[in-house]
Amino acid sequence: MSEKEVKNLEAIFETRIARDEKIEPKDWMPEKYRQTHIRQISQHAHSEVVGMLPEGNWITRAPSLRRKVALLAKVQDEGGHGLYLYSAAETLGISREEMYEQLHTGKAKYSSIFNYPAITWADIGAIGWLVDGAAIINQVALCNTSFGPYARAMVRICKEESFHQRQGYEILLTLCNGTPEQKAMAQDALNRWWWPSLMMFGPRDAESPHTEQSMKWKLKRKTNDELRQQFIDQTVPQAEILGITIPDPDLKWNDTLKKYDFGEIDWDEFWQVVKGHGPCNKERMNARVSAWENGAWVRDAAMAYAEKQEKKKVAKAS
Amino acid sequence: MKKNWPLWEVFVRSKNGLEHRHFGSLHATDAEMALENARDVYTRRNEGVSIWVVESKHITASNPQDNGELFEPAQDKIYRHPTFYELPDELKHM
Repeated sequence: MSEKEVKNLEAIFETRIARDEKIEPKDWMPEKYRQTHIRQISQHAHSEVVGMLPEGNWITRAPSLRRKVALLAKVQDEGGHGLYLYSAAETLGISREEMYEQLHTGKAKYSSIFNYPAITWADIGAIGWLVDGAAIINQVALCNTSFGPYARAMVRICKEESFHQRQGYEILLTLCNGTPEQKAMAQDALNRWWWPSLMMFGPRDAESPHTEQSMKWKLKRKTNDELRQQFIDQTVPQAEILGITIPDPDLKWNDTLKKYDFGEIDWDEFWQVVKGHGPCNKERMNARVSAWENGAWVRDAAMAYAEKQEKKKVAKAS
Repeated sequence: MKKNWPLWEVFVRSKNGLEHRHFGSLHATDAEMALENARDVYTRRNEGVSIWVVESKHITASNPQDNGELFEPAQDKIYRHPTFYELPDELKHM
C-alpha cells in the first residue's frame, strides 16, 4: 500500500471514530491503534489474573463460610475477566502464549496495586471497597470505547464487578461495628490502601504521555485526573459511614469547586513500584511463572488425550 | 509446550424462545472441554439455558473490504420496504 493510500485509510478511520462508530477486528486500523490496544487490553487482562493472588491467599482463612464462598466467587470472576480480555486482545492478532510470555518476562505490565501485600483480613475488605471501586470507575469509562470486542468485554465485567465492591465494603462495615481491635484493623487497612488506590488512575494528566492519543481514539473517555477526582469524591462519604479516617491531612471539601481537595501523591513510590521495586513484584511474578511452568505437563496431557480420542473417532468411522 | 490449545467460539441461548448469541471465545483441547469451560466462564449468573461451541477455524467470515459489493446493493432497493407503496389513507388493515 502506498503512503497516500494509508493516509486516506487513516482519514476514513478517524472519521468513523469521530462518528462514534465501533471498530471490529477485521476492519482496517492504523498499526498504532492495533498496538496500543494490544498493550492496554493485555495489561488489563494481566491485572485481572495477577489480582487473584493477594486475595487467593485469604480463601482458606476467611472468617466464615459466607465470607469464603463470596471471596471464592470474586476470585473466580477475576479469572473469567482475565479470559474475556485475553480473548478481546487475541482478535487483534496476538496469541495467548505471546501475551503470557510478555507478562512472564516483564515486558508487559499489570496494575501496580497488586504488588502490595494483603496482610490482614481487613485488607480483603479494603481491596474490594477501594481497589475494585477504583477499577469500576476506570472500567465504566471504557464500556463505550471504540474497539468493539474490548467494549463488549467491559460491559460484561462491569455488570459482575459491583458485587466485588459491595462484599468488600460489607467486610469493613462488620469490622467497624465490631470490637475496638477490629475497627483498628479496618483503619490500618485504609491507611495502607488509600494512597496506592489513588495511584491506580495513573500519572497526572501532564505526565501521561498516552492520554491525548487515547482520548482521540476513545480508548479513554476521561483523563486520569478526572477519574481520580471522581473516585475521591464518591469514596470520602463512604469512609464517613464506616467511621474511619482517610489518611490525608490535606483532604477537605472545596465548597467553591464542589469537590474535595487532597494532598500530594508520593509519585516516587508510584514509579518505584511500576519499575518492579514494590513489596511483592517478585513474589507475584514467581507465582505466575511457576503456575505456568508446573502446569505445562497438564496442558500437554490434555492435548494428547484429545488428539488420541479424535484419532479413535476417525478410525471408527473409516 | 508442544501444541497450543485451539480457540473456540461460544454461543449461548439465554432462555428458551431466544436464539443462541455469540458470547465470546476460549481455548480448550476438545469440544467437551470447551463446553465445560464455557459453562464456567459465560454462565456463572444464570445467563443461559443452552450452549453451542464451535472451533473458531470452522467459521468463515466476510471481509469488511467487500462490504461495498456485498451490502450496498440493498440500499437502493427501497421497493423491498412496505413504505415504498403509496396507498390512500382510508385503506385499513394493510
